[in-house]
Amino acid sequence: MAKIEVKNVYKIFGDSPSKVLPMVQGGSTKEEILEKTGHTVGLDNVSISVNEGETFVCMGLSGSGKSTLIRHINRLIDPTSGEISVEGTNVMELDQKNLIEFRRHKMSMVFQRFGLFPHKTVIQNVGYGLEIQGKDLSERNKIAMEKIDSVGLNGFEHQYPNQLSGGMQQRVGLARALATNTDIMLMDEAFSALDPLIRSDMQKQLINLQAELKKTIVFITHDLDESLRLGDHIGILNHGRLVQVGTPIDIIMKPADDYVAAFVKDVNRSKVIKAKIIMLAPEQFKSNGTKNRNIIKVNEDSFLDEFLPQVCCTDADVEVVDKSGNVKGYITEKELSKALTKSEADVLTKSKTY
Amino acid sequence: MQKYKKYFKPFIYLIIFIGFIIIGYRNAKPRYKPENFTDIFNDFSWLGNWPKWLDFPLMQPLNAGFDWLIVNYGMFFEGINNFLLGLYTSMKDFLVGLPWPLVIAIVIFITYFASGKKTTTTVMVAFCTFFLGFLSPRYWDKCIMTTCIVLIGMGLCIVVGIPLGIAMARNKKVRNALLPVLDLMQTIPSFCYLIPGILLFGLGAVPAIIAIFVYAVPPLIRLTDLGIRLVDKEVIEASEAFGASKKQTLWGVQIPLALPNIMQGINQCTMMSLAMVVIASMIGTRGIGDEVLLGLQQLNVGMATEAGIAIVLLAIIFDRITQSYGERIQERTQKKKKIDYGKN
Repeated sequence: MAKIEVKNVYKIFGDSPSKVLPMVQGGSTKEEILEKTGHTVGLDNVSISVNEGETFVCMGLSGSGKSTLIRHINRLIDPTSGEISVEGTNVMELDQKNLIEFRRHKMSMVFQRFGLFPHKTVIQNVGYGLEIQGKDLSERNKIAMEKIDSVGLNGFEHQYPNQLSGGMQQRVGLARALATNTDIMLMDEAFSALDPLIRSDMQKQLINLQAELKKTIVFITHDLDESLRLGDHIGILNHGRLVQVGTPIDIIMKPADDYVAAFVKDVNRSKVIKAKIIMLAPEQFKSNGTKNRNIIKVNEDSFLDEFLPQVCCTDADVEVVDKSGNVKGYITEKELSKALTKSEADVLTKSKTY
Repeated sequence: MQKYKKYFKPFIYLIIFIGFIIIGYRNAKPRYKPENFTDIFNDFSWLGNWPKWLDFPLMQPLNAGFDWLIVNYGMFFEGINNFLLGLYTSMKDFLVGLPWPLVIAIVIFITYFASGKKTTTTVMVAFCTFFLGFLSPRYWDKCIMTTCIVLIGMGLCIVVGIPLGIAMARNKKVRNALLPVLDLMQTIPSFCYLIPGILLFGLGAVPAIIAIFVYAVPPLIRLTDLGIRLVDKEVIEASEAFGASKKQTLWGVQIPLALPNIMQGINQCTMMSLAMVVIASMIGTRGIGDEVLLGLQQLNVGMATEAGIAIVLLAIIFDRITQSYGERIQERTQKKKKIDYGKN
């Protein structure tokens, strides 16, 4: 069963959302509703399900409702209609007391502008979730130090947040979210406020942490590269509607509509697509009857741009192997060119004209 | 029905307005009124000058209410009076009884620790304190009286004002109810409550304390409210997301972060208290203010100015102590310190 289920959620901002709801369900667009009733549609029939241990990236431009969506999962915002369940419990039915318990033990959150407490030191910030849970000081500090260690901030634990740089502040935010050891982490544009170098650093750190901890992460971003890099599944939001949900490859290779297509147009595919995704199974390769040429061995998890220059220079085929060296499949120039051009449809139309 | 709903409120207001006019007309003296009510609609001369019968009777019920208050709740006000007066007298007697170098030493001690061990502030405050007595030996005891009144008034303001400010920030209804009251307190001329204060509490320090409260509490309430509402929304969201209850958010996040603003409010409160205590000298409150009054009554400009300078010095002492304490809190939460990139 999915860890987080969001079903048919509508969110309308305004004075009397429930009156406007039928209109939205009837299919009126965001602009029509704003013009006629003065209400803003935040989310329009959004359903997602996030599996245990995966990173679900929710992507969209500003105003697409992605931050609204993530706040529904821990009910910082209540939906106008719809169902939200986490680990099988219906979040909508929780009363105030249970909701607080739920937030304390089930999920933690990382914020775009860090949301750190300026009057608390780093160690107090990291231990905040535990403080709220009622843990005593020595235990709090012990766990907090572990987490500060794991994000690489030792030595800074007695500084105040405004004494740290942006990247370091967000690491404090990350450590704070890790400290409560919840299964689910919500990350609201966590790296968007950081400059590109630090951002990719943080992404790497998150990937490493995730490989170790296997948390269920809902990640919000407006950056496609980031979402392709981090996401196991990606949901694309446009004007409060979920346009497409799929794996990164689905999004790039089969964009559901023009909006998504425009989004993925400029992506550097070779940096996103992994060898194992486009490889042919060994049998297929043999049956294709391709004559044996030079062979390059490549790990299944490496991205195309890591071996592409080699292939072009030596005119070789690629043998894809896993960590222990077993052959998993092959890649020929045909697969490479197919993966690197705009989309499958594009490839087909082009091949017809030849 | 939906269509007429928006006319409902204006309709109610209209009825109340007409009711007021009818009350005014009925309570007007017969000689001011036309003989017959319907004459109003025949003879329109009343449209020229404001007619004497169009007069809302507010004065009589207010007087009656005030008398009723004194008669029925006299004991209550007596109680407040005794409590505040007792507090004031014991505090004053204690401080006046102390040798003056000891008082200066206490002020220095308080300033030194409130300002975070800043020597310049401490030295300046020490000099100001010394000059209070140095200007004229008479002033020393009078300044202590004034200080006691200001401190008690401020204490009252803090005890009432800060909780009210917090309630205002958290609840929109409380806010809407309190704002006009605060406006009233800030705009009504101070003599309007100084004189009734004498009737309720008698001459002396207590009506001054009450006047200080009325005059100085609004900025404290407003700044507390503002401070709490200005706390970064994302920080509050963060504390909620980690499962903090409302109480935990308030005490753990909102109040500590609003503290610089609250301190600013207390500072404002102090300054306004000092201003009021001088005006209160006109209703017989003893203190440094009556020196100013005396000087003015005797057309002794030098004396009035001298006492005026003493008040300014007193204000500087209060301001420095509260301000520097507020600054110290602010440093941690708002100012950027030197960033230490030594590691990482």
